Amino acid sequence: MIALIIVSHCHDIAEGVCRLAGEMTQTPVPIAGVGGIVDENGQRQIGTDATAVLEAIESCWRPAGVLILVDLGSAILSAETALELLPDEQRERCLISNAPLVEGAVVAALEASLGHSLEDVNRAAEAVRNLDKVLR
Amino acid sequence: MSQDITLAQFRRWLSLFAEQVQEQVDLLTELDAAIGDADHGANMQRGMRKVQERLQDPTATGGDIGSLFRSIAMTLISTVGGAAGPLFGAFFLRAAKDVDGTDAVSLEQLAAMFRSGLEGVQQRGKAQIEEKTMIDALQPAVEALEAAVAEGLDAAAALDRALEAARRGMLHTAELQASKGRASYLGPRSIGHQDPGATSAFYLIQSAAAALGRQAQAEES
Repeated sequence: MIALIIVSHCHDIAEGVCRLAGEMTQTPVPIAGVGGIVDENGQRQIGTDATAVLEAIESCWRPAGVLILVDLGSAILSAETALELLPDEQRERCLISNAPLVEGAVVAALEASLGHSLEDVNRAAEAVRNLDKVLR
Repeated sequence: MSQDITLAQFRRWLSLFAEQVQEQVDLLTELDAAIGDADHGANMQRGMRKVQERLQDPTATGGDIGSLFRSIAMTLISTVGGAAGPLFGAFFLRAAKDVDGTDAVSLEQLAAMFRSGLEGVQQRGKAQIEEKTMIDALQPAVEALEAAVAEGLDAAAALDRALEAARRGMLHTAELQASKGRASYLGPRSIGHQDPGATSAFYLIQSAAAALGRQAQAEES
């Protein structure tokens, strides 16, 4: 089974998306949220930390691969930076998804729980971009 | 032939860069409030405080230029929080690759480090020149440095050329429309405002000119 990493600027969003996606599957899926940064006063701030993304990938590591879902801006740059810092053989089994964060994570968790491959899980998660929420 | 640029001068460069950014935090915030989300000043300040802390501890930053740069890169990518963290991080990570185990470099090697650093930023941010980003200050500076090296100028003169090119590039961003980052959402309304990232990148070059171009000063301090 692959693992999922949720990267957001906001700690609560990352944790919340993990919780939501985790509720959707019967088989538990390895999933970790990385969000926000901690400033010099120990306060949580909006932002992203590439070294925290790297640690999450390492702690959730699965040989089948790791799919990384991101919100926007520096979350993407931090995820890319984390991949650059990984050894080559691990980097090759990681993928940053173009999927929307919340809907993509729910679909990715379901697909991952069924044991689908990294590429297939990502394809399903990215396909969510084209789904209408309201029919008009 | 100009003298080599030493590890002590590189440490001085980073320290000056951190000081300069912190002195200009209000300006960076103001520039980012106009076209971004007003966090560039605070983000850079947080990162630079940590950089200064790291520089106080020589064991944490290593005994060669490559280790120093890697340490600074890791500090920035873990503390800045915004896009500037991974982007400045990419600059130092790439530049570090050329100088592992080295404690002094020639001006030619410095120009090559800057080129590698610029390529790191370009690759990470996927920005080209004229897109109202850090690249608009960095790329002209690197090109000016390379041209000055080819002309055989000494470090002080070459870095002054780079500084002037970075300044012109930074000021030119006010005329550009953003197509990368948060400012791109503003479309044509981003025109008329100087880019905060290009401004930070200018401070990187300005502090380099002050610390790397003048050995005597660096040794005294």
